[in-house]
Amino acid sequence: MTPTDPLETRRIEDTPSAPVGEDGKHNSALSPDQSTPGEPKSDRPPRIDGRLPPGFLLENRYRILSVLAIGGMSAVYKGQDLRFSKVKRVCAIKEMTSSATDPDVRQMILRNFERETNILATLNHPGIVQVYDCFTEGDRSYLVLEYVRGKDLEAILDKTRGFLPEEKVVSWAIQICEVLSYLHSHEPRPIVFRDIKPSNVMLDDFGRVKLIDFGIAKMFRSGKRGTMIGTEGYSPPEQYQGIADPRVDIYALGATIHHLMSKRDPRLEPPFSFHQRPIHETNPSVSRELLEVVHRALEYEANDRYGSADEMKRALMSLRSARGGSDTAPFGAPAVVKSEITPQWRFALEDEIRSSPAVHDGNVYVGAYDHNLYALAADNGEFLWKYATDGGIASSPCVYEGMVFVGSSDKVLYAVDASDGRIRWTCPTEGKVWSSPQAAFHHVFFGSDDRHLYAVNVESGRVAWRFEADGPVRSSPHLGDEAIYVGCEAGVVYAVDTGGEIRWRFRARRAVTSSPAVTDEMVYIGAQDRYVYGLDVRSGWLAWRYRTDGAVISSPVVGKGIVYVGSADGHLYALDAESGRLVWRYGTEGQVTSSPALSGERVYFGSVDGGVYCVEAETGNLLWRFQTDGPVTSSPAATEELVYIGSSDRYLYALPG
Amino acid sequence: MEFLRKLFCRDTRATATEDREGPQPTFTRPRMDVGWITDPGRVRDHNEDSALVITAGHDTHQAHPPFGLLVLADGMGGHRAGEVASSMAARVAAHHITHQSYLPSLLGPERDARHPALTEVLIDAVQAANQMVSEEVPGSGTTLTCALVLGTQAYIAHVGDSRAYAITEEGIEQITHDHSVVDRLVDTGQLTPEEAAVHPQKNVLYRAIGQSGALEVDTHVRKFDEGDYLLLCSDGLWGLVSEATVVDLIRGEDSLQEACRRMVAAANDAGGSDNITAVLWRSPLG
Repeated sequence: MTPTDPLETRRIEDTPSAPVGEDGKHNSALSPDQSTPGEPKSDRPPRIDGRLPPGFLLENRYRILSVLAIGGMSAVYKGQDLRFSKVKRVCAIKEMTSSATDPDVRQMILRNFERETNILATLNHPGIVQVYDCFTEGDRSYLVLEYVRGKDLEAILDKTRGFLPEEKVVSWAIQICEVLSYLHSHEPRPIVFRDIKPSNVMLDDFGRVKLIDFGIAKMFRSGKRGTMIGTEGYSPPEQYQGIADPRVDIYALGATIHHLMSKRDPRLEPPFSFHQRPIHETNPSVSRELLEVVHRALEYEANDRYGSADEMKRALMSLRSARGGSDTAPFGAPAVVKSEITPQWRFALEDEIRSSPAVHDGNVYVGAYDHNLYALAADNGEFLWKYATDGGIASSPCVYEGMVFVGSSDKVLYAVDASDGRIRWTCPTEGKVWSSPQAAFHHVFFGSDDRHLYAVNVESGRVAWRFEADGPVRSSPHLGDEAIYVGCEAGVVYAVDTGGEIRWRFRARRAVTSSPAVTDEMVYIGAQDRYVYGLDVRSGWLAWRYRTDGAVISSPVVGKGIVYVGSADGHLYALDAESGRLVWRYGTEGQVTSSPALSGERVYFGSVDGGVYCVEAETGNLLWRFQTDGPVTSSPAATEELVYIGSSDRYLYALPG
Repeated sequence: MEFLRKLFCRDTRATATEDREGPQPTFTRPRMDVGWITDPGRVRDHNEDSALVITAGHDTHQAHPPFGLLVLADGMGGHRAGEVASSMAARVAAHHITHQSYLPSLLGPERDARHPALTEVLIDAVQAANQMVSEEVPGSGTTLTCALVLGTQAYIAHVGDSRAYAITEEGIEQITHDHSVVDRLVDTGQLTPEEAAVHPQKNVLYRAIGQSGALEVDTHVRKFDEGDYLLLCSDGLWGLVSEATVVDLIRGEDSLQEACRRMVAAANDAGGSDNITAVLWRSPLG
């Protein structure tokens, strides 16, 4: 890196961002001696630090009352026009100084200033601050402006707890569009504001928007300092090539809405990164429709944005939040509920289904609280057989080498012939078996409330070994390349080594009922301490964690670099598998303890609100929702054609995927 | 499933219970292999780059993968403030990371959710460096790229325009993104990479250590196959030597230190207009 001016890495404001006082208000209280207008004094108080002190008189007409804002090359004062002797007429006085030493450059700056002032003087719009006067004294130029009582949007945003209501932001945006439309249709040439940002938009005491700081500052930006424009955050890419097309303002308005809604200051983010950090990442209550408007306004290519401020205004006007707002659909709420989705078939069991179905070779197997393990034909739901255990079944069956394995609350693991439902062997344990068995290499692995992980030979039903955990094992083991991974109710996650030894253990703060998902790099698992954990697969070191607002009993699935998992806070989360950052989340009306199933580009899951949901894996957009008559804690099994899922309404459903 | 095959597909009389009573195998754990070098180049009279490397290993039956910490910082600011800033940033970050990650691991194989996650440790480390540099060396700035390597997996935190590259059988891949304005313009299609290389603002960063206020830190997690390389370098290398040449130089040398030396020589041959730093790690075998 070249040893450049260190300031080059930082944002530099070379003009005051807005004529506002320290408290962000224009109508700051004046001290008594300043508020008394008197005769102009002949002996002027000296400047302090180059600023005009209170009482200073300009042009023998404007008395300085206080400083509103200070910047590198300009200052804004609150002043009083003494020509109106009977009333106290307050104005804002903007002072510009040129640091240029070259007299020619100074002359040019002055000329530009006056020309700009003359254009401004011809403008007449309620959304544009009025210009009263302009003059030059020595090396300083002055602009006398309408004094707006109110606050700028940046100050309003800073003082707002939580998020600004969408209706308000949309109403301001519509008003800004109206002002821009006026400016852009100016004759003979359109006026491009070039600096739309929250601090340049004032809201008066009546809720009306006014644009301030009218691009005049631009004239005073020297070429060198102009390089800092890149850190401003609201400007479109083409502005770096010196292009000032009206669509520059469309982009900056999009950036302004983005900042107001998301509360993320674009000056602190990579330039032009709005699309990578959509508003709903921080503010899930934003409506999908507003997201689309902002997205379009922020297109990199000017041609892809709204063609005019009028067009953008029409889009904003059509939003539900512009028409009263109460029926605004927040992002993540079901936008389209395809209630017309009808099950391919459904099958009534004798009690609730909490277990998840397993599909194998044209059959679907599911256990129920009625103690039975059922086998049904996958394509039409025809009953094939059932096998009765002595307890309710919440464990999900697993099919391997012609056998179905399932655990029961009668403390036994059952191996049943997959074709006819006849018992092959049983493996009794000393605790209820809620864990779902997994099989590989002629062995089946499962946990028991007797605090052990079992490895059982599939032929003989003989226990090959058991591993003692710190608490009941309800989590289902994952059989990885190098180890078996499983959690327990004492909150410990284990990687068990070849010798049955612990390879590593990770202790969460609460029970781990969730089952791990494992990749080459990481183990992903949820805990009742509300966290989703990403652990280094070899060492168990905690790589990242993500906190939800409810217990994570749901088991994660991973696909294409995204981890999907439900939480008792009612959401399904999509997290970046590398970093644990939120990609999207989808809200339901009930706890999501069901584990999601990933099939192609779709994620399926159930919610305690009775719904079965299908959302787009990449975006979290709802594709369909199917309502059952009871909480859905069962996890779906998805094939290419159908999704199988049970509900507490006792039905097993086969839904078109 | 390899170990399951080992476990269950051998002589059936053997069970894990019996295994435990058998002789314990000897362990030969992979070692961390790192080379690094920093050079002022041919034009500047002092070096504002800083490199810091820590490696550790422990031979045991438990999961205690070899640990490596690679840190690179490229400072800026007049009156030697740049070199003070880069050195301080590297040291503060390394102190934080070892204190929060490696040192606790020496107390046992159990990890605990009471400790922060590695990505949080890395982000906190960069922010601690930012705070220290902002307070102690005002007016200076520095890039900072930290890679914590555990076995074959790297956790990377980054601000600025120094770079982390992965060199694999498929070729070379830039892991980090430069926090420079021109890089964003290239990303959005407003500039070609050729235009960016000569752009007058190519050194303007929008994110670096030493900036006041909030600092957003990028993190990456990356698994390396055995024999793959991780390269951290300052713009004195990547700005002057092509990626293809870097790959050739690295693959042409078995010694990582020698590969670093040759990369620096190549940058000096191309003018050496800036300080040059390279830190090179190779994913351990087995």
